[in-house]
Amino acid sequence: MSALLAADLPYWVQSLLRVLGGVVAVLLPAGAIVYLFLFKMMSFMQSRLGPMEAGPYGSMQLFAEVGKWLQKEDITPERADRVIFKIAPLVVLASTFLLVAVVPFGPDAWFTNFEAGVFYMLAVSSVSVLGILIAGWSSANKYSLLGGLRAAGQLIAYELPMVLAVIGVIIQAGTMNLQGIVLAQNTGEMFGWNGLGNPYILTQFTGFIIFMIAVQAELTQTPFDMPIAESELVSGYMTEYSGFRFLTFFIAEFATAGVFSFIASVLFLGGWGVPFAWFGWTDIDSVDNWMNVVGPLIMFGKMMLLSFVIMWVRFSYPRFREDQLQRFAWKVLVPVSLVNIMVTAILKVAL
Amino acid sequence: MPKIPGLLKGLGVTLNTLKRTALDGANTVQYPHEKEAPPLRARGVIALHEDNCTSCMLCVRSCPDWCIYIEGHKELAPPRRAGGKPRQVNKLDRFDIDYALCMYCGICVEVCPFDALFWSPEYEYSEPNLADLLHDKVKLGEWMATVPEAPAYEVGAEKKGKK
Repeated sequence: MSALLAADLPYWVQSLLRVLGGVVAVLLPAGAIVYLFLFKMMSFMQSRLGPMEAGPYGSMQLFAEVGKWLQKEDITPERADRVIFKIAPLVVLASTFLLVAVVPFGPDAWFTNFEAGVFYMLAVSSVSVLGILIAGWSSANKYSLLGGLRAAGQLIAYELPMVLAVIGVIIQAGTMNLQGIVLAQNTGEMFGWNGLGNPYILTQFTGFIIFMIAVQAELTQTPFDMPIAESELVSGYMTEYSGFRFLTFFIAEFATAGVFSFIASVLFLGGWGVPFAWFGWTDIDSVDNWMNVVGPLIMFGKMMLLSFVIMWVRFSYPRFREDQLQRFAWKVLVPVSLVNIMVTAILKVAL
Repeated sequence: MPKIPGLLKGLGVTLNTLKRTALDGANTVQYPHEKEAPPLRARGVIALHEDNCTSCMLCVRSCPDWCIYIEGHKELAPPRRAGGKPRQVNKLDRFDIDYALCMYCGICVEVCPFDALFWSPEYEYSEPNLADLLHDKVKLGEWMATVPEAPAYEVGAEKKGKK
């Protein structure tokens, strides 16, 4: 139970605060990523300025876009499976909100402190596959169906290296609790020196690279955007969606990018923590209360860094062909991550 | 594995462009606020010098999509020298170019034997109403003010051709 909230707040107030916090933790990264990276960084990488008219430097462009989408007609194709067609974007967005529930943002600033957090995180991240598949199926459109099937094949293929990459971290940390993984990194030491803690990006570098590639594929960002290939599939499973439902898909895409960056920074970059040796902390209870404010900011910084890398890769590379994409997952990422697990396990026992 | 240096180089290209755009500015122009000077001989709009037109209809007949409309009548003008007979001149009643149809091929400008049609670099004449893109001879005449001076001949260009 959170010390900040537990004191004397009734249960419904806590729940309300958690819901609000969850909405902020999902929408703030999504907005920041869309404006800073999708609008501005992509434009600058193409030697143009991007949106400049709405607000100073186009900073209000997000609101203009949302307003535009809300005005559009909500079209459902005649032959579509109406109920399923309408809930599909919400399933995808729900998976994002379920994901953020286990991410710790500070010593006491978390939504749930779940013992099997990593397991839960990997499980609910697959729910979005379900949303994408039913979106592709229920649209009654050949492009959507092809896009949905490609998405399902790709997301299942890249789910596996992602799980296997995280196992290395779990073995090293000895816990599946995300809060525990943060603690293990920040209280750890490298060869008896604890000035940096022990962020797993150093020891699990292979795992980190595999995890980021798998995240890129899970988000269907560009080198892996076969499912939404707009030049051949007219945006794949999103073809028939318009207005608010398309906006939901759009928000889910970038919110998930933000949440996966949160999770990657928890697993590999030390999460909300600073190395505990800096301030003489020894365990979670001795961490000062101000970390509940600074922690989320540190998390946000790390999230922006990782999202920058995701978007940078997205804007730089052309698209994989379908067979290359599958071969890369099964013949390169899975074997490498299996070897990574073995080496990690052997070193864990030996050292 | 051998592909990795190329992948990193690709990331470097985008990052360098990002840096260059942030430091030196973009290659693009923020259109309504600043405008690029159109290049020499830019084909913006066709201007009509009405006095030169003899309504010979060459431009109308050569237009590939038939977007020029000419109507005229003959008038008698006073003789040049005293005692001569009155001259017959063609007066334009109507000279319209429908820019909704025009494809800016410039054949009418090329074909005009009396230098009545000119290219002007002006391009900002879009209209909310499609029918307003039909420019009549008054409007076409107004474009004459925007026609630039003909560029000087290239060195040696005068020697070519018959005298």
